[in-house]
Amino acid sequence: MTWMEFFDSFWFTQRKSTPRSGTGRVLSFAPARIHCNDMRVGLFVTCLVDLMRPSIGSAAVKLLQAAGCQVLVPPTQTCCGQPGYNSGDRRSARALAAKVLGEFEGCDYVVVPSGSCGGMIKTHYPDLFEGEAVLLDRIRRLGGRTYELTDFLVNVARLERVPGRFAGTVTYHDACSGLRELGVKGQPRALLAGVPGLRLKEMDECEQCCGFGGTFAVKFGEVSAAIADRKCAQIQASGADAVVAGDLGCLLSIEGRLRRRGDGETKVLHVAEVLAGEAP
Amino acid sequence: MQVQSMYFKRRAAQALGDEILQANLAKFGTAGLAQLRAQAVQAYGPEAFERLRTAGAEIRDRGLAELDTYIERFEREATRRGATVLFAESRAEACDLVLEICRRHRIRKAIKSKSMLSEEAGLNEALDGIGVHPVETDLGEYIIQLAHEPPSHIIAPAVHKSKDEVADLFAKSHARPRKSDIGDMTREAREALRPHFLSADLGISGGNFLIAETGSGAVVTNEGNGRMVTTLPRVHVCITGIEKVIPTLEDLATLLRLLTRSATGQPISNYVSVFTGPKGADDLDGPEHMYFILVDGGRTNLVGGDMEAMLRCIRCGACMNHCPVYKTVGGHAYGWVYPGPMGAVLTPAYVGLENALDLPHAATLCNQCGVVCPVRIPLPELLRKLREQQVERGLRPRTEMLGIRVWSWVAQRPRLYAFAARWAARTLWLLGGRAGRIRRLPLAGAGWTIGRDFPAPQGKTFRDLYAKAKRADRRAAG
Repeated sequence: MTWMEFFDSFWFTQRKSTPRSGTGRVLSFAPARIHCNDMRVGLFVTCLVDLMRPSIGSAAVKLLQAAGCQVLVPPTQTCCGQPGYNSGDRRSARALAAKVLGEFEGCDYVVVPSGSCGGMIKTHYPDLFEGEAVLLDRIRRLGGRTYELTDFLVNVARLERVPGRFAGTVTYHDACSGLRELGVKGQPRALLAGVPGLRLKEMDECEQCCGFGGTFAVKFGEVSAAIADRKCAQIQASGADAVVAGDLGCLLSIEGRLRRRGDGETKVLHVAEVLAGEAP
Repeated sequence: MQVQSMYFKRRAAQALGDEILQANLAKFGTAGLAQLRAQAVQAYGPEAFERLRTAGAEIRDRGLAELDTYIERFEREATRRGATVLFAESRAEACDLVLEICRRHRIRKAIKSKSMLSEEAGLNEALDGIGVHPVETDLGEYIIQLAHEPPSHIIAPAVHKSKDEVADLFAKSHARPRKSDIGDMTREAREALRPHFLSADLGISGGNFLIAETGSGAVVTNEGNGRMVTTLPRVHVCITGIEKVIPTLEDLATLLRLLTRSATGQPISNYVSVFTGPKGADDLDGPEHMYFILVDGGRTNLVGGDMEAMLRCIRCGACMNHCPVYKTVGGHAYGWVYPGPMGAVLTPAYVGLENALDLPHAATLCNQCGVVCPVRIPLPELLRKLREQQVERGLRPRTEMLGIRVWSWVAQRPRLYAFAARWAARTLWLLGGRAGRIRRLPLAGAGWTIGRDFPAPQGKTFRDLYAKAKRADRRAAG
């Protein structure tokens, strides 16, 4: 046993014999265990939700259960690999993509409360496995079963009644990846329309980028904040009590800029929190 | 033109601090070119326009797949119709060819319609150097020539200037009373330009397209200056990139439908000039001598590579009109001829990855550019590919690479990851205090807190809360 193997024997959980394919370590994780005959939905929580705002994860679980799904949360999940992918480090992105494949392949569906991470799995993973026929096929099939949360609730699970209620007006920000990679536009609005007490008030330029852009937000902080500022002005001009979106990255950027602008009032909420009635 | 693209960050910061520029960039707001495009697409029919985009991309791909064949055909047809076709491998060589033509025909004054290649090559400076006075006749180009500035947009070169700034500039340059009405200012520019149109002996134009079938060049303008530049002087030089060759006139019709709608929302521009050879025996007007200069300038390096799709570009400017970064910092921040998303790809591709390190990263990858591009260039994908090339060539800062690799290394070790996340969630929560937000982060996070607070996490990770809830469930059940 090398020191590295010794180290990993502790830090990896569910370590199994490791089929290797291509470069690097892949598939060292057991597929999620399946117990039930219901619609087995794997929730990919996303690293940002796990770390920053677990209430979104709880809200997503609640919504999926309300839709009659059996929710599986593979405990070894971490990150979808997007930071590496967008920074030009394909190798690390590929390793994490293979990990996600291993963790979620056993699920009927993979649901992600983020258009950005959902888009990564659905539209960008295949790019990482080009020329590896077997893995590529599996990755494509995984992508075909992967949905952004509101898209899944509307088009697959056909959730009729949402558990949440909200007193006030909200305006919806169309986060870029969800909108342009996954076609998430009408789904969150349809669901929000079913929340008792909630009124939707559209802002101008709701499809305009908020300036987050992952590492862009720290590499070009000034530019990023200036773009966010424009978004905040539109949110405030809409007069809504809360801005709602489906991506936590955007929400952090928008909330950070709103507060810096001196707006401590406007709530900044994930769509799952509003739909589940779990707004903090 | 000198490449300043290494300094994007500094130039962007300057742009953000420039109040006049920021006010001028508001032109890209709710009544800007993006909205004009949206209206035009609506009028054309959104689905039909999508089909048109596909057709446009196919035409460009067809041309590029057999570029050498079409260039040869273009040369043959153009030559047969009396034009001279010259090739330049580099931008410097392109300048030399123009200067050589000036000497041969004893040129003293050149009028120009818009040419981005001329900007790439720094042709105006080269002409000045041999005593030929170049006069830009596109209104926007004329303004920035008077102001001694480079263009900040590929179809609206003076978009960074306000009406008042132009009024001051005209008053100073024309030595006439200051005017404040745009119509009056335009008339004044026209009066100033007219003698140049009549006295110039060389017309230099760009070329939006070169048509292989007929050996013609095509130029799209709204002011009619392109028509005058290509017909009035006794010598006409059309200078453009080799990738502009398209197979047929039919293809031109399709691409024109896309180009003007994507650029300014017009169904067609006020003028479309198609020029084929010099003045014939029966023609009433036209130049006596006509040259095409086809410039490579790094373009063939893109053929067959990761960036090939970029050669489809028809220079409409839609990508920058829709780009959140461009609309915030303007075109000069990009530091060379081509700004916005297309510039962020073209600049490193033409002048070298190492001379434009920031540009591929200066994008949020929001894909607004990708969905409006008339020839379906996957701009975010190309930017990402350039980022990969930077990593492969070791051009990224060590700390950045270390950060990414440590992140992914930890993310592949779930228990270590869970431990680190638990610690980070707790620490940041404590730092957030009662307000729940952090005003200043250290290290890489400092970039975030320049203009934003950092909302503090809720304190516990989802994985811990979920595991705890599961345990409670089991206890309740058991």
